Amino acid sequence: MIKIVYNGELDPRLCKQVLGSTIPALAEADPDVIYLDSDLMNCIGTAKWGAAHPDRAINCGIAEANMIGVACGLASEGFKPIVHSFGCFSSRRCFDQAFLSAGYAKNDITILGTDPGVTATMNGGTHMPFEDMALYRALPGSTVIDITDPTMLESVLHQCVDLPGVKYVRVGRKSYAKVYEEGSETPIGKAITLREGSDAVVFATGIMIHEAMQAAQALEKEGISVAVVDMFTVKPIDVDAVCEWAGKTGAVVTAENHNRYGGLTSAVSEVLGARCPVPIEHVAVEDEFGEVGTQSYLQKRFGLTAEHVAEAVRKVISRK
Amino acid sequence: MTTETKELKALAAKIRIAALTAINSIGSGHTGGALSIADALAVLYGREMRVDPANPSWPERDKLVCSKGHAGPAVYGTLAVKGFFPYEELRTLNQGGTRLPSHCDRNKTPGIDMTTGSLGQGVSLACGMALGEKLRGRDSRVFLIVGDGETNEGQVWEGFSFASAKKLGNLVVLLDWNKRQLDGWTVDIHDMGDFEAKFKAFGFDTVKVNGNDVDELAAALERTRKGGDKPYAIVMDTVKGAGIKEVAETAMNHTYPVTDENLAIWKERLEAEIKELEG
Repeated sequence: MIKIVYNGELDPRLCKQVLGSTIPALAEADPDVIYLDSDLMNCIGTAKWGAAHPDRAINCGIAEANMIGVACGLASEGFKPIVHSFGCFSSRRCFDQAFLSAGYAKNDITILGTDPGVTATMNGGTHMPFEDMALYRALPGSTVIDITDPTMLESVLHQCVDLPGVKYVRVGRKSYAKVYEEGSETPIGKAITLREGSDAVVFATGIMIHEAMQAAQALEKEGISVAVVDMFTVKPIDVDAVCEWAGKTGAVVTAENHNRYGGLTSAVSEVLGARCPVPIEHVAVEDEFGEVGTQSYLQKRFGLTAEHVAEAVRKVISRK
Repeated sequence: MTTETKELKALAAKIRIAALTAINSIGSGHTGGALSIADALAVLYGREMRVDPANPSWPERDKLVCSKGHAGPAVYGTLAVKGFFPYEELRTLNQGGTRLPSHCDRNKTPGIDMTTGSLGQGVSLACGMALGEKLRGRDSRVFLIVGDGETNEGQVWEGFSFASAKKLGNLVVLLDWNKRQLDGWTVDIHDMGDFEAKFKAFGFDTVKVNGNDVDELAAALERTRKGGDKPYAIVMDTVKGAGIKEVAETAMNHTYPVTDENLAIWKERLEAEIKELEG
């Protein structure tokens, strides 16, 4: 069941609260679920539960590469590890370990990367992964997810523990615009149409869902009809949804809090080029490193606002 | 020499023949580092480890992680001699579609407990396996072979400190101190200093032995059966290329050709040794 309740307002729940309640709930429901962190339990609300359950919550200290390896060793013993660090560290800092010890060796683990892209705000450029989806997309058999809101986070975590392969889930710790009613289930791999439209479609993920919805509302006043599709599963991409909406609208925009290379824009472009070519424009980071600032500053700085989405829509329609 | 000593020495010689046979099928390979651990593998699979060749994935078994994954042919040789898979299969090493790739792969080879090859990663994997055994309440142990050159990798030390912090007394590290890495002598390339002191400083129950002496290895491994809160380290003072004079005496022996001619000579020598040991 999916119920869309988007009205532009923030979900009152923070994603770190959802992580802090869902991870313990999963561990309590399944004795094989085990959670590993790298000295960041306090950042996602798992510290108190972890301290009380040292056999279910393993704090590996500040050693992400080792943490991934330990998780994989546990997976080989039949456990279902959920591993957390900030997205910058749970991707590039331990990529060889994720690639070989997990992916190649077929040790199935779920890797959480918090504070993706501009949501890293005050931690700045060193902590701002615009490349994490690109890295994990290149890992054979992986699943790559950019979370839309707290309800989706809960649903996705429940699905990930029993899904084969390496699952990379990127999510900001703070609030997101509420898109789905609590209790909604968002099946991994299936795009979700948030808004119908006929002139263009925006495929968006993560924080860009809200920007895309705002853009679509603004464009409606200009007489432009824009569909918005939540493409939260960036890999495996929902090929049918991409082609369906490309066919219906003839004009595609992608919107992602990530480098234009290797993430959603690449994934959608690959489908369009191979299966259903139509003009495409993107709203994404233009191959730059991150920097420090508030999220609103950074969204403007890197061109990730509703205005940028609207402009991309106008441009792609002009190319039809 | 006790009967058991003779048996273990004979097994080590058989492992050397098997490893060289595998490498010979492709002409060359990581010969030096395979030979240096042959005695340790003989004692592990001939005496210490609880394994069942007919049931390689038996959950209660002891497990081996050969983190210096390029020594795969030595492990394959051991597994073939012990009957985990047909001996003739050694001849398929590195051939397309083989179950015996150059580096150990748990998804391909019966008896290989963990995939390794990117140096350092096996240490963390073994830590996770040992932790898993503890959490499962099993008395299985995890044996981890690490190369001395491999310890250049920082992940090795992340793993060792984890093992100590998490009190993994069911983890036994066997450090193959053969003193050589690909580019030459370890003291020249990147001197890691005193391994015994390092392991002790990391909280390991540590001993140093002649790693090419089956009796010393057997005694050191027997000590580790008592478990406890400390992980174990056995610093094995070995010779890279041990057991084959020509390889051992060649300074740069990380890779060394095993031609048909070489194999015939070395095999004859090792078979004579086995015959004498087995009387």
